[in-house]
Amino acid sequence: MNKTISEKIISKHAGRELKAGDIAVVDVDVVMSQDGTGPLAVSQIKKMGFNKVKNPSKSIFFIDHAAPSPRSELSNSHIVLREFASQTGAVVSDVGEGVCHQILVESYTCPGDIIIGGDSHTCTSGALGAFATGMGSTDIAVGYALAKTWLMVPQTIRVNFNRRINKGVFAKDLIIYLIGKITSDGATYKALEFGGEVGNRLSMDDRFTISNMTVEAGAKTGIFPSDDITKEYLKSQRRQDCYKEISADKGAKYEKIIDIDCSVIEPMVCQPHTVDNALPVSSLEKIMVNQIFIGTCTNGRFSDLKIAADILKDKKVASGVRLIVVPASKDIYLEALKEGVLETLINSGAAVQSPGCGPCVGVHQGILGDGEVCLSTQNRNFKGRMGNPKSFIYLSSPATAALSAVKGYIADPREVLG
Amino acid sequence: MIKNNKDPKIIIGSSFKFGDDISTDLIAPGRLFHLRSNLPELAKHVLEDADPGFAKKIKPGDFVVGGRNFGLGSSREHAPLIMKIAGVGAVLAKSFARIFFRNSINVGLPVLICDTDKIDSRDILEIDLKKGIINNKTKNLKLKFNPLPEVMIKILNDGGLASHITRNKGFNL
Repeated sequence: MNKTISEKIISKHAGRELKAGDIAVVDVDVVMSQDGTGPLAVSQIKKMGFNKVKNPSKSIFFIDHAAPSPRSELSNSHIVLREFASQTGAVVSDVGEGVCHQILVESYTCPGDIIIGGDSHTCTSGALGAFATGMGSTDIAVGYALAKTWLMVPQTIRVNFNRRINKGVFAKDLIIYLIGKITSDGATYKALEFGGEVGNRLSMDDRFTISNMTVEAGAKTGIFPSDDITKEYLKSQRRQDCYKEISADKGAKYEKIIDIDCSVIEPMVCQPHTVDNALPVSSLEKIMVNQIFIGTCTNGRFSDLKIAADILKDKKVASGVRLIVVPASKDIYLEALKEGVLETLINSGAAVQSPGCGPCVGVHQGILGDGEVCLSTQNRNFKGRMGNPKSFIYLSSPATAALSAVKGYIADPREVLG
Repeated sequence: MIKNNKDPKIIIGSSFKFGDDISTDLIAPGRLFHLRSNLPELAKHVLEDADPGFAKKIKPGDFVVGGRNFGLGSSREHAPLIMKIAGVGAVLAKSFARIFFRNSINVGLPVLICDTDKIDSRDILEIDLKKGIINNKTKNLKLKFNPLPEVMIKILNDGGLASHITRNKGFNL
């Protein structure tokens, strides 16, 4: 049988041949949760009577959502995770290390893996050719205890990014465009598999951004085949040993094939309060902003901070606007520090905070006031997402965000990059 | 309060209608992140950003009725869990986001896919979980809902995923 990437990976982990629609119990390679979902997973593990995790070195608890903790209740939840990890030998990625999905791709995810995470954006790891998907705390608890889960093999939608990308247009614009086209439930229960002449040449950072947001179309995962770009990335992380070639068979059965002509895509924004409420920046009226946030598992990587710094160099953030920058991991933070990127951003007026989720989840580090507008490079703009249901969130690429910080309103980056 | 029928497979309650794209941020907001370690307290705020005071309005067994893509967003299991703690008898929607649907089964909250255009707020519904029939008593109308996949019925019948694993000493699907 000619298989999709998902069919191949899940068959291998089930020890039998499976096709889309089949249900199987499978082995999982990496299990993780974060400080919002981990404490409930720990209490479920105990409730089931387990006092061990099956595979400690690949069972990770990330403290990233409320890190450093802004409240005693959350500090106590962090203690629960640290104590459980120290009893079981599981790994804690603590305050300052960075966002779970970024640390996974830097240090854990290998092509061909099955990864389950107590966080919906676990699909980010699909960029390295893994089958990676988000689940709730009880599924994750079972994953920690048994290193197994049950899965339905998803149907796959193949997305080909074709032709060329225009200047000022980034991976974030491609994925926003795709979600606008297929809507917020256009891929529910399905895997997205990416290719096309543009898709095949995208950098790892770009692939991470695209895979990260596939859940915003409802997808179970968003997978890129592994290739030389994957191999180079793993080499840069000193993990070349875990490289495997993963690709779909010729003649694999797709539910649908979507061909996208990237040359027609402009810089995009998602308007409040849904991600599929997508429009080209050029079609917006003048939207004034109070806060700009550059960071997250979607767009907090070095290339994101770099393009923002290139745009903000020798410029100042507009008066009345605050720019918050949060590198997605410690390694990215250090690289941006070494390359002078943070210095440029700080000189422009940015408030740079320690690696983690930053204000994306509405817990700390930049909660919005009533009626305020934020343009963010994160993946979600739901009502209340950034801690206040009376505020308004727009989403864009880091380039659009950086220029908007200078202008004070949502601006088209082709003005400076075209 | 409307008393539930003695047959546990039949549940009766009043409908509370919501629109499309009800996210887990609306059900269990991030600004209340610190209450995740205190679920009864968090449950007092369930869905309040979509319908202020919702937790006080509902009676045990009442139904949350949504449109398309109910429960999209974060993987937080706290969302279906606090709906259950608040007394929600079942969630009905035209479609559900994947993680929310799976979480609901895991915590033992019935989630039913049906044509919710035929239900208005405060309609009285009698739902036969076994037969897959929703009787809208207010409108004198019967609706069908899609049966759950076999594996999910097994998990639900075992009282949720944690009980399934404990009872079977692992997966038995």
